[in-house]
Amino acid sequence: MGMTLTEKILARHCGLERVEPGQIVNATVDLVLANELSAAVAIGVMRGMKGASRVFDPSRIALVADHFVPAKDAQSAMLAKLMKDFAAEQQIEHFFDVGRGGIEHVVLPEEGLVAPGELIVGGDSHTCTYGAFGAFATGMGSTDIAAAFALGEVWLKVPASIKLVYSGKPGPMVYAKDIMLRTVGELGIDGATYRAIEYHGTTVDELSITGRITMANMAIEAGAKNGIFHADEKTIAYVKERTDRPFIVERADADAVYERVISIDIGSLEPQVACPHTPDNVHPISEVTREDLPVDQVFIGSCTNGYIDDLRVVAKILEGKRVASNLRVIVNPGSQKVWMQAADEGILTTLAAAGCAVNTPGCGACFGGHMGTLGDGERAISTTNRNYVGRMGSPKAEIYLASPATCAASAIAGRITDPRVLEYVAS
Amino acid sequence: MEAKLRGHAHKYGRNVDTDVIIPGKYCNIIDPAELGKHALEGLDPEYTGRMQAGDVIVADTNFGCGSSREVAPIAIKGSGTSAVIAKSFARIFYRNALNIGLPIFESAEAVDGIESGDEIEVEPESGVIRNITKNATYRAAEFPPFMRSLIDAGGLVPYVERRLAEKAT
Repeated sequence: MGMTLTEKILARHCGLERVEPGQIVNATVDLVLANELSAAVAIGVMRGMKGASRVFDPSRIALVADHFVPAKDAQSAMLAKLMKDFAAEQQIEHFFDVGRGGIEHVVLPEEGLVAPGELIVGGDSHTCTYGAFGAFATGMGSTDIAAAFALGEVWLKVPASIKLVYSGKPGPMVYAKDIMLRTVGELGIDGATYRAIEYHGTTVDELSITGRITMANMAIEAGAKNGIFHADEKTIAYVKERTDRPFIVERADADAVYERVISIDIGSLEPQVACPHTPDNVHPISEVTREDLPVDQVFIGSCTNGYIDDLRVVAKILEGKRVASNLRVIVNPGSQKVWMQAADEGILTTLAAAGCAVNTPGCGACFGGHMGTLGDGERAISTTNRNYVGRMGSPKAEIYLASPATCAASAIAGRITDPRVLEYVAS
Repeated sequence: MEAKLRGHAHKYGRNVDTDVIIPGKYCNIIDPAELGKHALEGLDPEYTGRMQAGDVIVADTNFGCGSSREVAPIAIKGSGTSAVIAKSFARIFYRNALNIGLPIFESAEAVDGIESGDEIEVEPESGVIRNITKNATYRAAEFPPFMRSLIDAGGLVPYVERRLAEKAT
């Protein structure tokens, strides 16, 4: 009996020939990630651990200041300082402060810190993003991260895998975000709890790296432990451009056992929208726009859709136009590198000229931290990943999740809009 | 042996996510008592004013879904809530709750049987849940053997300390 891709990676990292779903394993980690919020708590826990005065390997820890940065207030500044001091004390090699990093999940792949076959744990639920590169990556809380800092190991229950097989070519204005929203809608927000999602099919073979990132990123929105793609030539080329570190490309066996196999044809898929207040409340755009839904804020950014490809889509739609007067548009390029690339391509100027506020990279607006918080009764359409009550600020606000194209079209129209009718919008 | 947990039930629905357990704006707080003042604020802003130390949160499926913020179980514990009983828990919350010592119990029959305001008593060791108001008894699912051994060892920190000592020799 064969193994899934997730089982292959876990087996190698715990020195076993094979592992099976449900088995508890002690696995070595290739990289441990934390941001200033999860790190602050983890550092406190580690300081209380007997025999844990040093991290297991300063070259295998990444610390990224991204949630409340630039510091929202003195309390937030203190958390970032705690992490910075720890990085200096422990000689952490990969420490990214404001202006040199960005959103953790955008930064790590860019810096060549993620490669196929690796095992990565992070103090952030969207750590599952790195599954886009054929790595096993999962989010954990701060105590588990403290344990990983100290030991370089984590205990894991081997998850059963759900195989998703996508077919069909996406239609106009249909993106990876639409495919993943549809997937979360189909699985439900606890449909993959304790499971691995393994993405297959001709549709995802054709997807760009950033498209795969968007899809792996939202595996947690179905409750999954991890979401993973097979690495291909595109992945290998991307990684080799960024690191000389050797890596092992694993593949699922032909006779791997999956708990479920779900086929999803996206040939006739419309742009999708997750309506308030759960990411699985997903509807095709034509259904959503039956109601007139004026918007107060459009947000473009996050670890889901803060990549250069996303900004290019938005800039193409907004070029030479003005955003509607009833709303504000906030754009956060995902990282310093994305920001600079967008500047080089003239994208930032295009967006600013259209009336968008372009921020420095960070997570603030997405989780209701700062720099784009919603007020009572406000409605937002956002390229982010969660729309729970209060996620972006007021519990009396409404959040709709959609692709960068749908968000950009809505920004011009002033209301939630199907991006496929852009010519109509422009006139 | 842990003492019995006793208090009144506060019942909620399914998919109680970490954003409502502790809204993002409070995630720059690390003091448990301060976090506790905002527990469940996004779902039930009156919870911390109404609850008394020892009270129990009762919820349907997928409690704690969403973010990995460990401050979510820390806030619940910091509020004086003695336990959470749910039909199921989201994966990261489950680990976090056990890691920080917030007692959590899975029991569909308890959730179906308990109403808000019922007086509840839980025996953490046996997983027996008593509804004193309704004179009913429910059982929580047993922890998987590995989780049980972690709990018995006093949590993840002593487990890590032991591993570190093993590796040092």
